[in-house]
Amino acid sequence: MQEDIYKVQIDDIFEGPMDLLVHLIKKHEVDIYDIPIALITKQYLEYIEWMKIMNIDIAGDFIVMASTLTKVKSRMLLPSHDEDDDEDPRLELVKPIEEYLLMKSAAEKLATRILLGEDTFVRNPRPENHLMDHEGEIIKVGLFELIDAFQKILENISPHERVDITADRISVRDKIAQIVDIFETRGSTTFNELFPENAEQSEVIVTFLAILEMVRLSLVRILQNTRTGIIRLFYL
Amino acid sequence: MEDIKNIIESLLLVTEEPLTIDRIKNILIEPGRKEIQTALTELSAEYEARKGGFLLREVAGGYQICTRPEYREWIKRLLQPKPLRLSKAALETLAIIAYKQPTIRSDIEHIRGVNCGGILRMLFERKLIRILGRKEIPGRPIIYATTKQFLETFDLKDLKDLPTPEEIATLGDASLENLE
Repeated sequence: MQEDIYKVQIDDIFEGPMDLLVHLIKKHEVDIYDIPIALITKQYLEYIEWMKIMNIDIAGDFIVMASTLTKVKSRMLLPSHDEDDDEDPRLELVKPIEEYLLMKSAAEKLATRILLGEDTFVRNPRPENHLMDHEGEIIKVGLFELIDAFQKILENISPHERVDITADRISVRDKIAQIVDIFETRGSTTFNELFPENAEQSEVIVTFLAILEMVRLSLVRILQNTRTGIIRLFYL
Repeated sequence: MEDIKNIIESLLLVTEEPLTIDRIKNILIEPGRKEIQTALTELSAEYEARKGGFLLREVAGGYQICTRPEYREWIKRLLQPKPLRLSKAALETLAIIAYKQPTIRSDIEHIRGVNCGGILRMLFERKLIRILGRKEIPGRPIIYATTKQFLETFDLKDLKDLPTPEEIATLGDASLENLE
């Protein structure tokens, strides 16, 4: 066992407990549906020890997996008294391993596709590249400019329009989804476009809150043209 | 419209993003979707017969002219693009989001068993994933999904076009060797 540990090289530092577990299972060429739990647990713990010796910070995740392994191992040792409850304790491990391997395989498949910007190229000056050209004319908008613009929009709403409590009101979350949809097709939009002229006050407010939330999540960049004063939102 | 194929070809040459049939229809007005579809198929067949420097690909719900993979090295000399190079960890995270979307960070981390915060930020900055909003559960975690840019980058028509991951047979299997 000692020499096994010695063979470990730098590139064998595992990214996470699942990575390590899969490596061990693979190394011993065992069936994931019939894991020799004692062997795997022992080796897993040895790796952790080794990582400690090498002064690698062991994340809590590794310890959690170690305890899961130990738990499963001890449950395997205990005789089952309940006839109905003779489910293999190793299932607790198999499910996540299966899922992890499936996603690893999916990632591998994605990597072998014809990648844009790597294998194939298109005519493609992206909107954000255009953005840079106008750098001189455009300034980032602060919160106060945004509130000023919002107040103008509120002024334009007819005063007779009252908030109708019974009407179906749209949530900020739905509004964000709507705005994201606009961005997905167009990449950018002006501030005013987001507020239709006949919009109800409640919707206008929800839209504004949605914009603020999107700024907070750094989903959008808001810029103002210094000449025209038009405020534009760019999807990031 | 007799020169419909030429018109569409000219649009494809100039467009900056995949052209949807609807978009083409809005521009051409007169011809129906079927006619446009036929023209696109014919164009694609012509390019395949010619086997020139480019081809017509169906991607992200639209059509786009792109260079043939065979000539990637030459294009790179011209453009010197920033390499896409996604790490194994980043690809795994992206795969989980692609297959499980909409999904939240804790679900992704549950599958990978490690913290994904840095990777998520990177994928987000590269516009491969987007934020759909927040889930109304304690902590209001952010909900992630993939973008149109993701489809374009990985040459996918739509999300249904995602490759089916291999079923797990045995771990000594040769197909799994490739995973490392």
